[in-house]
Amino acid sequence: MAAGTAMSSYWRGVRDGLPFIVVVAPFSMLFGVLATEAGLAVHETMGFSIVVIAGASQFAALQLINENAPTLVVIASALAVNLRMAMYSASITPHLGPLPLWKRGIAAYFLVDQTYAQSVLDYERNPDQTTSEKFAYFLGVMTPICPPWYLFTFLGAVLGESIPPSLGLDFALPIAFLAMVGPMLRTPAHRIAALAAVVLALAFAWLPYNIGLLVAGLGGMMAGAQAEVRLGTKP
Amino acid sequence: MTDTTELWTIIIALGVGSFGLRFTFLGLIGDRAMPEWLLRHLRYTAVAVIPALVAPLVIWPTATGGEPDATRLAAAAATFAVGYLTKNVFAAMGVGAAVLVSLSLLF
Repeated sequence: MAAGTAMSSYWRGVRDGLPFIVVVAPFSMLFGVLATEAGLAVHETMGFSIVVIAGASQFAALQLINENAPTLVVIASALAVNLRMAMYSASITPHLGPLPLWKRGIAAYFLVDQTYAQSVLDYERNPDQTTSEKFAYFLGVMTPICPPWYLFTFLGAVLGESIPPSLGLDFALPIAFLAMVGPMLRTPAHRIAALAAVVLALAFAWLPYNIGLLVAGLGGMMAGAQAEVRLGTKP
Repeated sequence: MTDTTELWTIIIALGVGSFGLRFTFLGLIGDRAMPEWLLRHLRYTAVAVIPALVAPLVIWPTATGGEPDATRLAAAAATFAVGYLTKNVFAAMGVGAAVLVSLSLLF
């Protein structure tokens, strides 16, 4: 029975998504703490996590808000961090594309690093699933990832309000970003992209409105793409 | 600090933009293939933008008024090294925070 198999797909997804809570909880809590330290109210911090629901770009936006970067630069830079979501969207379309539009809308909203990676892994391992089983599995994986993202942001924001601003959390955000960079450097092309971006960011740091960041980001992407072609490596 | 209107402009624009990026292919383009050159560039967005964002913060920290600072440089180096070697984000954050706090207390 279709409803029965969709239900068991859902619970299989919940089980497979559960380990990610170890990643999501501290990460969203840190966002909550740092956002309130940066002067955001609890409801504004929650607005970020519910409306944007994308970790790294929320941290990027927060850092640029701290630096009083112009609104447009904040938006452009944080969206650039999220460009990979377009890749996820393209890659999951063969699996969820046949769904009705509103269900595709729901899937798009909850399409984050962890839900994408786990779902596509499962679709490739078990290719015989129907579209509704795949959607149920996706919602299952999302359940222990996205609601905890909101919950722990909230806990972090409340906690952040009780931490005196003098505690010097200024460098926590750079540390959080640096910790994410190491594991990203999987191939020579990734290392070249990162290195080019760092050199350009330092060389163009004098440009106004944090435009140096956009120059460096684009330059790093081009360096990575070129390196991939020339070295003949596939990620 | 950015004022409330600007802040909500940022939140809403980021929300709409992020949803747009996630919805584009799934909702609108369907399963038509993207050009390979575009995919090749998209693969390197995060690994380019995040180091570009963080590098000036490490070399010229805001809290010291832009003066390079040994404690922060050491914490940054430790965070990066642990992340690169272990591929574990939380081990890297933990070690970086420990180095930052212990050196701040020492000096």
